[in-house]
Amino acid sequence: MVMRKLFVPMLVITAAMFAYSPIAIANAPYESTMRLVQKIFYYHFPAWMALTVSVTVCTVASAVYLFKGNARADRIAAAAAEITVIFGLFGLVSGSLWGRKAWGVWWQWDARLTMAFLLELIFFGYILVRNYGGPGAEKLAAAMGIFGGATAPFVYKSVDWWRTVHPKTSVMTTLGETSPQMWYVVWFCTFTILLFMGLLLAARIRLEEQRATLDRLYLEAED
Amino acid sequence: MRFLRIAWLVLRKDVAIELRSYEILSTTLFFAVACVAIFSFAFVREGQAPVDAAAGILWIAIAFSGTLALGRTFERERYGETLKALLLAPAPRPAIYLGKLLGIVALLFATEVIVVPMVAFLFSAPFFSRPGLLVALLGLGTIGYAAVGTLFAAMLVRARTRDVMLPILLYPITIPVIIAGVRGTSALLASPVDEPVAMLWIGLLSFFDVVFVTLSLWTFEPLMTE
Repeated sequence: MVMRKLFVPMLVITAAMFAYSPIAIANAPYESTMRLVQKIFYYHFPAWMALTVSVTVCTVASAVYLFKGNARADRIAAAAAEITVIFGLFGLVSGSLWGRKAWGVWWQWDARLTMAFLLELIFFGYILVRNYGGPGAEKLAAAMGIFGGATAPFVYKSVDWWRTVHPKTSVMTTLGETSPQMWYVVWFCTFTILLFMGLLLAARIRLEEQRATLDRLYLEAED
Repeated sequence: MRFLRIAWLVLRKDVAIELRSYEILSTTLFFAVACVAIFSFAFVREGQAPVDAAAGILWIAIAFSGTLALGRTFERERYGETLKALLLAPAPRPAIYLGKLLGIVALLFATEVIVVPMVAFLFSAPFFSRPGLLVALLGLGTIGYAAVGTLFAAMLVRARTRDVMLPILLYPITIPVIIAGVRGTSALLASPVDEPVAMLWIGLLSFFDVVFVTLSLWTFEPLMTE
């Protein structure tokens, strides 16, 4: 109920922040070597942060569903998995565009890119299993969600373990010192996209809930 | 103790059934050999294959034939409705899982005993220059692959679309294991042998194994409950 009351005000705030984000990005200082091209980072990083959150939600909800049999947790997991695929796609596309300008190639089989691609595949598989798995597919999907969540830390740490072209995770932790203005804009954009993700998740969960209610009503009407 | 005994009994049952007919072992082995042949057509130019193609071919053959073995093993259980009987038995579910996993691992090891020398022979790959490292890579990689595979094949027994779903579920999740196996094995093929790199991948494989086996033991019980 709280979510439904908050939905419209939050939507307005998110839209306002989104509208302001290009201005903030334009005002941020140029990065010394990549110049304008680096600006894509302000949407690239937030997309992956949103994905991290939605993967976590999906994994936890899958585990809750599997061990407690809670139907609501299953609906949350399904919604989070779809959002994971969307933000993963956004992150891959923005990264590919950036890579074309910064590295000269659309795609590089480096550790982070490969692992990110895999994560995208896993959650795409989740959706396939859910839609075409037949009866009992929810449990199969839940297992997929848990194993997908288990591989996510590998994706995150892959760049630190293997020498690759993708920047290391330490870029973000030191950015506050090297360039405070950039740091501020990155987190502004991240917060905006996370809010957007939260709204998508809420809307998607509500859709699943209404579907479940509709199914129940059909069954009752048949009896 | 009882836990290990049950796992052992499940394993012994599977081995006994397999030894009656050799059905799964022979079909899996044939499929692996066919895989190797197909990949050799793709990679060989002027009678020679690229130096580290052998590592990739070997692991793809193992992964593909592994899917076949997993599917057949549980199809047999489904056909005889014996999986239901197994689950009804007053035994801890994780022990049953462990028994099935050991059965699959044994089957894949038996396949590898033939396929690895064959790939080494056909591609003149010096796999055996460091036998210890090779055994570690193959052993850990096979366990990681089979751990996820056994769990998913077991829970797909009830699904109508199991033939399609097994690869869809299994490949994305086990690709990290395959990557580690392939990269580690191709480090063995380099001259001189790149031991630190092989050790790095062995470490990563052990890590994957621990994560996958723990998760599977943990989720097998709720996954197999209707």
